[in-house]
Amino acid sequence: MRSPTAYVSVLLLVIMLTALLGRAVWQLAAFDSGSELPRLLQNNLAASGVEHPVTAVLLNFRSYDTLLEIAVLVIAAMVGISMARTRSLEDPELRTADALLRALLRWFVPLMLLLAAYLLWAGADRPGGAFQAGAMLAATGVLMRLTGMPLDFLRPGLLLRIGLVLGFALFLLVGLASAIAGEAFLAYPPGLSKALILSIETLLTLSIGMILLALFVSAPVNNASEPEEGEQ
Amino acid sequence: MIEWLLDLLLALALVSTAAAALLSRDLFRAVVVFIAFGLLMAVCWVRLQAPDLALAEAAIGAGLTGVLLLDAVSHFRRGNSHGLESQAEEEN
Amino acid sequence: MSTPLLYALTGVVLWGIGLLGLVGLRHLLRKLLALNLIGSATFLILVGLAQHHNGPDPVPQALVLTGIVVSIAATALGVVLIRRYFHLTGCTELGNGAEGSKEDRAP
Repeated sequence: MRSPTAYVSVLLLVIMLTALLGRAVWQLAAFDSGSELPRLLQNNLAASGVEHPVTAVLLNFRSYDTLLEIAVLVIAAMVGISMARTRSLEDPELRTADALLRALLRWFVPLMLLLAAYLLWAGADRPGGAFQAGAMLAATGVLMRLTGMPLDFLRPGLLLRIGLVLGFALFLLVGLASAIAGEAFLAYPPGLSKALILSIETLLTLSIGMILLALFVSAPVNNASEPEEGEQ
Repeated sequence: MIEWLLDLLLALALVSTAAAALLSRDLFRAVVVFIAFGLLMAVCWVRLQAPDLALAEAAIGAGLTGVLLLDAVSHFRRGNSHGLESQAEEEN
Repeated sequence: MSTPLLYALTGVVLWGIGLLGLVGLRHLLRKLLALNLIGSATFLILVGLAQHHNGPDPVPQALVLTGIVVSIAATALGVVLIRRYFHLTGCTELGNGAEGSKEDRAP
């Protein structure tokens, strides 16, 4: 059992750190640096291929950050799946016989898929984009899994592996292609910006949905023995 | 003036749900309050004029994280036979 | 004091609460909740501080969007690890195992 002095000293330390952070934030707030970024963004928005500034920043001006983020997601999915100890990534205990849930899913799943597609498409000129659409796809998959529908595309195999890396692969390919062609890494050719952004976003949506779903599905641990590679 | 009141109430609600999520004895209740915290964060992002963040926080922060944690909590409950004892040991 | 600054200061308070929870709580799942709290607080500080003078700014918003997605991937991975640890040892707390809540059935 921890001693009271340990508790008190931890509390004091955290309060001190928080006070330090608060003072830093307060002093930074008094300091108006007059950031150039919003103005630069507005001037170059038309050249980026999309009209919504956040999407333009994510997929064009700072696409390197997005590329690395997708790489982090793929790595997390790989680690999560490697920990899975189920044979089929489907827990039979979770199958419900709830007729109401199944009946509701008949309406929900197509609507949610449609909403995901809309969010992806709307990301070009209004709030939306690949991440929100990918989250919607993952939520649909989670709902299906909670009802006990078998998610065959999540069995360890070729389909799963392709789906997980597809977004990252296309992104990297586009970047390398422009680097090989003599431009900077990840610089889109001017006429093709919109098409490239849309195709990258589509594959990113699929990948993100699959990654989040695989991380959710690989969490259950049961007493199954080690799954064999490629077992269907 | 009304907006100021809304912002103040929202900030207070954020801090109190965060504290309640960490201090609550029952793990299930802590996760449910955390989901509420996620939804309040989504409203915060709307107040900060960031609708993309509000969409992402509502879908990911409240929805997916909540389901993930609830699944984990139910698994711990199922597998743990020392109900009251573990709760007494979970105290801060 | 403008609205974004208020939220930035709220983020500071949340950060403190999260840090206290991360260090002080013992159950691993609660530590994960506290870590998530610290993440959300950081996002609030980032966006609040940036938008205090210049109004809505897409660059920190894009960065925080990336952050939200990475945060849930990290949380999911953390849950997988915690469940694996629980499955192998029966404890939900780190340490010498003397304080962990052991269970009767064999893992």
